Amino acid sequence: MIRHKYFKKLEEQIFFGLMKLATVTILFGLLFILFTILWKGIPNLSWEMISQKPQGGFYMGGGGGILNAICGSLLLGLGATIFGLTLAIPIVIWLNIYAGQYSRNAVIVRTALDMLWGIPSIVFGAFGFIIMLALGIKASLLAGIVILTLLILPIMVRGMDEVIKTIPKELHESTLSLGATRWEMATKVILRKALPGIVTATLLGFGRAIGDAAAVMFTAGFTDNIPEKLTDPVASLPLSIFFQLGSPFEIVRGRAYAAALVLTIIILVISFLSRLITAKYQKHSR
Amino acid sequence: MSLRILKDRFACSISAFLSACCVAALILIAIGLIYKSLPIFIDHSLSELFFSTIWSPMKGKFGFLPFIISTIQITTFSLLIAFPICLLSATYLVELAPRSTLKFFLPLIDILAGVPSVIYGIWGVLMIVPFVRDHVAPFFGYTTSGYCILTGSLVLAIMVAPVMMHLLIQVLQSVPHELRDGTLSLGATHWQMIKLVVWRKCLPGIMATTILGISKAIGETIAVLMVVGNVVQIPKNLFESGYPIPALIANNYGEMLSIPQYDAALMFAALLLLVVILFFNMVSAYVLKRVTKSIT
Repeated sequence: MIRHKYFKKLEEQIFFGLMKLATVTILFGLLFILFTILWKGIPNLSWEMISQKPQGGFYMGGGGGILNAICGSLLLGLGATIFGLTLAIPIVIWLNIYAGQYSRNAVIVRTALDMLWGIPSIVFGAFGFIIMLALGIKASLLAGIVILTLLILPIMVRGMDEVIKTIPKELHESTLSLGATRWEMATKVILRKALPGIVTATLLGFGRAIGDAAAVMFTAGFTDNIPEKLTDPVASLPLSIFFQLGSPFEIVRGRAYAAALVLTIIILVISFLSRLITAKYQKHSR
Repeated sequence: MSLRILKDRFACSISAFLSACCVAALILIAIGLIYKSLPIFIDHSLSELFFSTIWSPMKGKFGFLPFIISTIQITTFSLLIAFPICLLSATYLVELAPRSTLKFFLPLIDILAGVPSVIYGIWGVLMIVPFVRDHVAPFFGYTTSGYCILTGSLVLAIMVAPVMMHLLIQVLQSVPHELRDGTLSLGATHWQMIKLVVWRKCLPGIMATTILGISKAIGETIAVLMVVGNVVQIPKNLFESGYPIPALIANNYGEMLSIPQYDAALMFAALLLLVVILFFNMVSAYVLKRVTKSIT
């Protein structure tokens, strides 16, 4: 009996130790990534890097910077976010107001969106590519934006959906009882109440669109210039990093580290902003 | 009819149409990929595609076995690494750690879940590849370039960790407090409570999380592509290079149009990914739904 008690304690101690070890491992691993990017990126980052387009022989160690990729990524991200927002808001309104939150049709659309969410971006890229081939479109900013929109739409809709679901039913009912149409209720009450959640979901989508490489690889192309029209090919930061990292030249690989730092900073800023908005929103709703 | 009501009707039909488009998009993707991969079946049987190891597009030989095996190996090993660590760590954070620790971890996990995969790839190339080449492989008596299955699995494990942690913490938090208090009051130790009550209660949720982790790991492209070596072969051990399916698609886009049936073969690969991942997601969604139903 005493021995049994002793083992019980020992087993507990061992597993608690393992748990702590696992937590430290996770923390260490995650911080290690950020630290590596900072450590390798900072020495290679310069004003020239982020303010100039690539010049002749850039990928052999020539002068210039990654302004083409920074602008390209921002354009792709912004385009997809704006496009996604104009689609996501009507869909969210339909899901929660017109279709009825838990009606069969709403459940079907939600399931479809969840499935779209799970599809890896390389499959989106492949699908976008065959559509472009069928229509005879070349890799361009527009094609990249369309594919990225498809990629981030589920994230945005489901994010907004979760927030709107938490709005009390009484608010719906009292608005309608005052004689408002469902459209007026949606735009003037529900969307306004859910605004912080909508902004957060939008930022999340933006972050995902900027960081994705596999979907834009074949649809947006790559170029050393900043696109002037929607039909121009466009560079993006993840692809710029990917291509430069494969270079045999030390200086070009250094630029990849710097580009990775720029991308990480953009993502961290977006993440920080959305956190700030959520925190503020939670304070007000209590 | 007044303008207001007309506006309402209009908005209703537009938004219903857009929502229907979401479902249509999913079906369209599936149909598009099936249609484009049909030509591969003219000369090749399904068993040849799945079980042949010969991959030479120039000669019209498309055996997917090396890619399938690589994908399975990388996914399995990354989950074997990530799952125990994530489960133990999530349990620690929910059950034992002070609230402040959990509050510190949650934002960190969310931020890292949003970090683009190319960043994980760079980290893999900079840190994990030399580490595996110089320390891990010699320890086991192998020589390797570092670009191998093990490296891919490690990078992938770190990538799926934030996603799995986030879900596991939610699942563990859903266990009612009365259950914990009741178990402890019966004289169980803290560890017995976790092992026999909390984990058992969460089992479906833990399974669903793992399945989601698997489907995320299968589809991951760029990070794995950067560290796995991309050699068409069936890896005999963890220190040989592999070539998972997403990397195959990503690497061969440019040249696929010049070789007959090559595009159909690649679309078949994409279709394979789609089907497998949709299957896993449906299973996990079904399990998660039953879990939330049983709780509420």
